Amino acid sequence: MADVIKFFTRSPWSAKLGLAIITLNIFCALFAPALAPYSETEIAGDVWEPPIWSEDAIPHYTPVILGTDHIGRDLFSRLMFGARNTITLAFVTTALAFFVGSIGGFMAATLKGWVDQTLSRVVDILMAFPTLILALVILSVMGTSIPVLIFVIALIDSTRVFRISRAVAMDIEVMEYVEASRLRGEGLWWVMKEEILPNALSPLVAEFGLRFCFVFLFISSLSFLGLGLQPPLADWGSMVRENSSAISFGILTPLIPAAAIAFLTVGVNLVVDWFLHRASGIKDV
Amino acid sequence: MVLKRLFLGVGMLFVISVLIFIGVEALPGDLAEAILGQAATPESIQAFRSNLKLDLPPHTRYLSWIGGILQGDLGTSLANNRPIADLLSSRISNTFFLAATAAVFSIPISILLGILAALYRESFFDKFISIFTLSMISFPEFFVAYILMVLLAVEFQIFPSLAIVRDSMTFFERLYAISLPALTLTLIVIAHMMRMTRAAIINVLASPYIEMAHLKGIKKVRIIVQHATPNSLSPIINVVVLNLAYMVVGVVLVEVVFVYPGLGQLLVDSVSKRDLPVVQASCLIFAGVYILLNLLADVLSILANPKLRHPK
Repeated sequence: MADVIKFFTRSPWSAKLGLAIITLNIFCALFAPALAPYSETEIAGDVWEPPIWSEDAIPHYTPVILGTDHIGRDLFSRLMFGARNTITLAFVTTALAFFVGSIGGFMAATLKGWVDQTLSRVVDILMAFPTLILALVILSVMGTSIPVLIFVIALIDSTRVFRISRAVAMDIEVMEYVEASRLRGEGLWWVMKEEILPNALSPLVAEFGLRFCFVFLFISSLSFLGLGLQPPLADWGSMVRENSSAISFGILTPLIPAAAIAFLTVGVNLVVDWFLHRASGIKDV
Repeated sequence: MVLKRLFLGVGMLFVISVLIFIGVEALPGDLAEAILGQAATPESIQAFRSNLKLDLPPHTRYLSWIGGILQGDLGTSLANNRPIADLLSSRISNTFFLAATAAVFSIPISILLGILAALYRESFFDKFISIFTLSMISFPEFFVAYILMVLLAVEFQIFPSLAIVRDSMTFFERLYAISLPALTLTLIVIAHMMRMTRAAIINVLASPYIEMAHLKGIKKVRIIVQHATPNSLSPIINVVVLNLAYMVVGVVLVEVVFVYPGLGQLLVDSVSKRDLPVVQASCLIFAGVYILLNLLADVLSILANPKLRHPK
């Protein structure tokens, strides 16, 4: 434990800032019902009320901190619930992509031969599609529901995970200890789990951060296009979409959820940058 | 080498067209029931199926579909029964115009800035550039778009907030109308391109022969122009073309934000209306352009690199 604390206190300020941002977001996501003054779908006031610090703010018994959205729901509460929905969805999707992608990659690297060939060619084809277009094709056929959304994005993302985990596992697979475990008669699963995974973990962790950012932005983009999470569920991308017409009246409401998305991805990227920097061999920061 | 790559590219296009076809027509069980919904009578389903030729076996349908596309016949839209080719033609040129404008501005700027950032590494300028690129990469496209809209269209009313184009507009009126979407695309692409250009140049500058040139006392400018540039040409070409391919996707979001009548907007509309023939056609165009650009990147970098041009 002391090591972990020391590890983090030694990190540069940018990584600390990133960690703080991530912690704040996770905290909001976990305790959304307790922190949010209103519920997810409750109408709090009039349409597009200004935030509390503005001169023409309308007083409420329970304060409407950031104003209200296009049908009068409290924006601050919806941001909290949105954090919960979007972050959970992105996390589950990334985790699924990593599960599938890294098992595929490790298998390709350890088994080689036709397994490697087949998996690699399938991934090549999937990666030849522009990501958004592939997602749109599948969503237009299967309709937009949360399981389909998770499946589609995890599928797209697992191809990238496959590439990197295959490359990493290729390097590890030629090591003597892997050969030794093979000669001992260990099975494929054991070799993958006990020999390759522990050694591949650190590049994969950094990759997890990057992929999480990608998935998170991707879900937000799809929601923004109206093809992600469906109303009345709060989601940062769709909140931007719903309020977008306010922009032409000079009301800044849609910028707030968009800024929240940017805020979290910047935070994750700061931490990932630090990880990559460490992984590239510069140990004492 | 080049021929082999070209051949591979054509093969890829074929596989993609098959995938789009299967994905849209064969997978969803019964398309007719899905689209007509619960209230459909057996007769209407039958009519719908024979209308779309869904009663024919898949490979016949694929051949007639792809044959039609090769002859310029993209089928008809489910939503309004208009031929898709009419629907697409004006939108394709709109999208192309937007992407080309963004490319014309972003390519020279980002290469120049990328080279400068690589040359003056760790300087204040470089730090500023890397903060800018990191944040641009982290921001969702629509966030950049809305910030520009608030600043340049609402606060200071310099540019129109929505990109409305009409047929009667002259070239410069059009250019003015799309200034904000083009600016958004340019900013996003510049960030990616600059980051990759910088990395490519730094990679070349780290090689021993550059150090040798330094030690021989050659001037910095000459090192860059005569020694570093020829070798970084192929990665830079790669970066530029790959980012143009990236723009193919970025353009969809930007078009939606600015309500620009382009291909991306049509695609998103058709997906939410489940107008599958239109989705198929526009996806095929997007994927085709994307693959062709990737192909172009590979071919150009083969041509720019003597090692690859003359394989042993």
